[in-house]
Amino acid sequence: MSTRLSKGGRLIDRAHAIEISFNGKRLRGYRGDTLSAALLANDQMLVGRSFKYHRPRGIVASGAEEPNALVNLGAGARAEPNQRTTTTEAFDGLVAASQNHWPSLDYDIGAVNNLAARFLPAGFYYKTFIHPRPAWKHLFEPIIRRSAGLGKAPAEPDADRYEQVYAHCDLLVAGGGIAGLQAALIAGAAGARVMLLEQTAHWGGRAPVDGDVIDGKPAEEWITATLDALGKMENVTLKTRCMVAGVYDHGYVLAEERVADHTPGDGRPRKRLWRIRATRVLSATGALERPLAFAGNDIPGVMLASAVRDYVGNWAVSPGDRTVVVTNNDDAYRTAIALKEAGLEVPVIVDARAQANGALPQKARAMGIRVEAGRAIVKVKGGKRVTGVALGLMAGEGAVLEEIACDAVAMSGGWSPVVHLWSHCGGKLTWDRARAMFRPDAARPPLTQDGSALVIAAGAANGALTGAEALADAAEAGVAAVKSLDLKAKTTPIGKAEAVEEAMIEPVWMMPQGAKASLRMKMWLDFQNDVKVSDVQLAAREGYQSVEHTKRYTTLGMATDQGKLSNINGLAILADALNEDIPAVGTTTFRPPYTPVTIGALVGEARGEIFQPLRRTPMQGWHEAQGAYLEPVGLWRRPYCYPRAGETHEQAVNREILNTRANVGLLDASTLGKIIVRGPDAGRFLDMLYTNVMSSLPVGKCRYGLMCNEQGFLSDDGVVVRLAEDTWLCHTTSGGADRIHGWMEDWLQCEWWDWKVYTANVTEQYAQIAVAGPKARLVLEKLGGMDVSKETMPFMTFAEGELAGIPARVHRISFSGELSYEIAVPASHGLALWEKLVAAGAEFGVMPYGTEAMHIMRAEKGFIMIGDETDGTVIPQDLGLDWAISKKKADFLGKRGQERTYLASPDRWKLVGFETLDGSVIPDGAYVLDAGTNDYGFRKAQGRVTSTYHSPTLQKGIAMGLLRHGPQRMGEVVEFNTMAGGTVAARVVNPVFLDPNGEKQNG
Amino acid sequence: MAEPVSALGGAVFEGFATVREIGPLGMITLRAKPDVPGLEAAVRGAVGTGLPARRQMDWAKDRGCGWMSPDEYLLILPHAEVGRALAGIEAALKGQHFLAVDVSDARAVFRIEGEKADQVLRKLAPADLDAMAPGELRRSRIAQVAGAFWAGEGGYTLVVFRSVAGYVMGVLTHSAQPGSELA
Repeated sequence: MSTRLSKGGRLIDRAHAIEISFNGKRLRGYRGDTLSAALLANDQMLVGRSFKYHRPRGIVASGAEEPNALVNLGAGARAEPNQRTTTTEAFDGLVAASQNHWPSLDYDIGAVNNLAARFLPAGFYYKTFIHPRPAWKHLFEPIIRRSAGLGKAPAEPDADRYEQVYAHCDLLVAGGGIAGLQAALIAGAAGARVMLLEQTAHWGGRAPVDGDVIDGKPAEEWITATLDALGKMENVTLKTRCMVAGVYDHGYVLAEERVADHTPGDGRPRKRLWRIRATRVLSATGALERPLAFAGNDIPGVMLASAVRDYVGNWAVSPGDRTVVVTNNDDAYRTAIALKEAGLEVPVIVDARAQANGALPQKARAMGIRVEAGRAIVKVKGGKRVTGVALGLMAGEGAVLEEIACDAVAMSGGWSPVVHLWSHCGGKLTWDRARAMFRPDAARPPLTQDGSALVIAAGAANGALTGAEALADAAEAGVAAVKSLDLKAKTTPIGKAEAVEEAMIEPVWMMPQGAKASLRMKMWLDFQNDVKVSDVQLAAREGYQSVEHTKRYTTLGMATDQGKLSNINGLAILADALNEDIPAVGTTTFRPPYTPVTIGALVGEARGEIFQPLRRTPMQGWHEAQGAYLEPVGLWRRPYCYPRAGETHEQAVNREILNTRANVGLLDASTLGKIIVRGPDAGRFLDMLYTNVMSSLPVGKCRYGLMCNEQGFLSDDGVVVRLAEDTWLCHTTSGGADRIHGWMEDWLQCEWWDWKVYTANVTEQYAQIAVAGPKARLVLEKLGGMDVSKETMPFMTFAEGELAGIPARVHRISFSGELSYEIAVPASHGLALWEKLVAAGAEFGVMPYGTEAMHIMRAEKGFIMIGDETDGTVIPQDLGLDWAISKKKADFLGKRGQERTYLASPDRWKLVGFETLDGSVIPDGAYVLDAGTNDYGFRKAQGRVTSTYHSPTLQKGIAMGLLRHGPQRMGEVVEFNTMAGGTVAARVVNPVFLDPNGEKQNG
Repeated sequence: MAEPVSALGGAVFEGFATVREIGPLGMITLRAKPDVPGLEAAVRGAVGTGLPARRQMDWAKDRGCGWMSPDEYLLILPHAEVGRALAGIEAALKGQHFLAVDVSDARAVFRIEGEKADQVLRKLAPADLDAMAPGELRRSRIAQVAGAFWAGEGGYTLVVFRSVAGYVMGVLTHSAQPGSELA
């Protein structure tokens, strides 16, 4: 039985009891508990089920490496799956539920997989479900997916807020153990901008619980004093609950801060993602203890020795009255000693080494603990919790010599430095044979942009496992970091930890060393994904030699813990099976994040209203107040139509068109791109950008122009206005404003850098309103201030002046085919002008119209639309725009491209109009069918529709499209395919359906 | 003539820092190489400052000139004076290669004020605020949009494009929420 001890627990506050709920059970804990500590204090040893066999799973570790104890945390809008209980701080009212079982944690039907385990070896799915092929997708995969998976995805939107923050520092120290503190102190004293980030809520790492003595005093005192000193340095930032997730090129570092995980609903952001630029990173991330592989090592109650020590020392939690310790090193003896000192029983220490005579074993013996050297655990007894162990010879095959009853097993297979941050950017590792671990190879660090080392490893993360070694190593690393920043180290106190002599570890990858197959099938490597020693050995026999392939075949290390406990043991087993050296097999790749980062933190503030920037014109509020139906146009939301009560969108669009054609309409055209181009070479520049001639445009006049890319394809269009002798205003499409401005600057800065031309994107400086319709002039005349008569302001001219007291530039241009004025005014007066137009236009029947009405009206006139008639493969000549392509100019962007044989071919599809014989609307995207089929058996096509609408003006379906030899086939009837199947017949006609002579627009 | 209207009509949010939309503020984009004869006099005539050094902003009371790029300056002045200033620049630089345009209404301007005003910007701009020189004009980004800002008078002044004023007010409000202080 695991329980709470009556005394001790350095991190808990017994004055503050809390209540938590686990699977509906109410459990008592203390402030300062982790969820794991609170569960164990209430004898909740069984916390989940494994992924594949649904085996009972208990808490193994006490920190970030925990593979088993994952729960659904919180409920409703705060539910979060796969939360590690070992790193979850308990708080009053916490609600957690176990995962991956049905119907209940104690009785799980999925556990039948366990009975069939012998038939579910590595690669089982690949081998069994491969035939018949379609069955995988439709039958096997859905069933397997349902039976697999851990937590449940939350069903409600997240109630919490998240945010991100940018920070910059000279030195980022990852890990607030004694090594990190020491290195930060040195760098801080030298004046470096230091950020010291610790993933837990506490400073000092393992030193206090391991009983380190620094400068003659308990480690705790040195930690407090060092923190005080760091706290006084203005150049040092200290953060707890902040996990360094990844190190990227150029010293970019991501860290996740758990701001309010332990105080949900207090109004603070739940998590905060730190996006840091660090000149140098110091990795003081400690080390993780390895499990040992013996049969039944996955039964709840089998824990890491260091974790057992943590639960006793930090939270006063006993894993059981009797704990058997099993080890291949001296460090685990600290656990036995700590248990004994807490008044608990250690029936035996099983030491795989032939001898155990170091200082710590001697001390254990002196305390009356039985030490059995050269022995192994043959198997652990128990089901949902440990009931005992069977011992045998380490050197043997598993014959049982003795059985010992116990409640828990504390195992230690040695320690692995946390090399993740060292490795993320390519730091290499070296196999330390004597100490049986991979550690950073200082000669092959990850490099930053100047070729120097980006990351410096320190302390246990660098293989300096003991307190004494770690402090000395950190001091060296701190000084090296200071030097690498071109700073001078100041005299800084270096902590000296008392050295405790430890005998050498002996690598043990399997226990006992000659274990037979039946035992190997019960030796777990990856507890979460159910990968056993036998699976890795099978993979090796089946030819998987690369550790990366073995990982994917067996799923070793692919669970949410990313193999923090299993990787080294697994690759050692693989090396043995392949008869290779461990370093020859190597490790899998360490990739960010170190532990999972919640999506909320990666999203940050970008949710809801501020998911993305929505651009608003000065009249946007008016449109919304009118109930306009909006459509996305880039990041703008333009009115598609303004439906009135009871109107469908289609009815609204038809009304807007008919009213504009009969009376007058208003369009918010503010989104149109507006770029000023000025300079002595501006005319020459525009002649290169546009296919036609702009240099010859007289001041005061407007001209429609086309822009192509170098390949010759049509890229943008719009009306160009000559404002002054050396100044032009180029209108672009709404979506093209930024792109075309960038295009202009690209040519000016990179190619024609000696041309004297300046550009300025003034798109947002102006609100632009189209006033279109036979009564447009009457409305403007009523506003007054400018002469807008046909004589003074003919078609394709503009004038500047004041309309109703507002400074305005009025263009006589038309996209609707009507008598039309486009009025540009400063944005700060945009709404005022719009409202004046609405008021003045009332007697003339003015109505606003949206983008759909605009689209249909231009199609009725046969005007092309970039993005409808063009798709990046269309040249102006395809669209019958030859009149807008200068024959006189020596060059323009796209000219050479258009001369290539394929683009110059007479067989290209060219623009025509279509009218269905039955008056219906051709479906969007329809093809013009041709005779025969192509090599793939598809029906051949000879053209396609590009714009297709019901024209309320003409009361029939009209369309524009591209057709092979189109203009030569006027009057011919062609067949379009339809979505419903079958075809629709249409006659090839002139694409200008309305007012072909332009009498309305010129009027 | 009607009064000019700013994008958000002077919206305010009081969080751990105060966010205010101000303006309309007069702004002129002046593009010219620094060695154009008469440029300095033209700038002095328009806003009363000299030419700022790289990444700097020079001030003469409420008028200023900021360095935007090797051939671009941002002039800041009262909204009503832009027309006259532009005419003055045109006259002073007649015959030279330059471009001066009114961009006052293409922009929205915010003040972020309070002891912890910097923290609001730290959450949104990838710029190193601690490395900002006195008088620096910093061009950067504010979450997903372009922005430029400078420090002074107990806070920061932030300039963004007018169409995204609502978005920027949204991210500033989010970042200034009480309880979300960084320290």
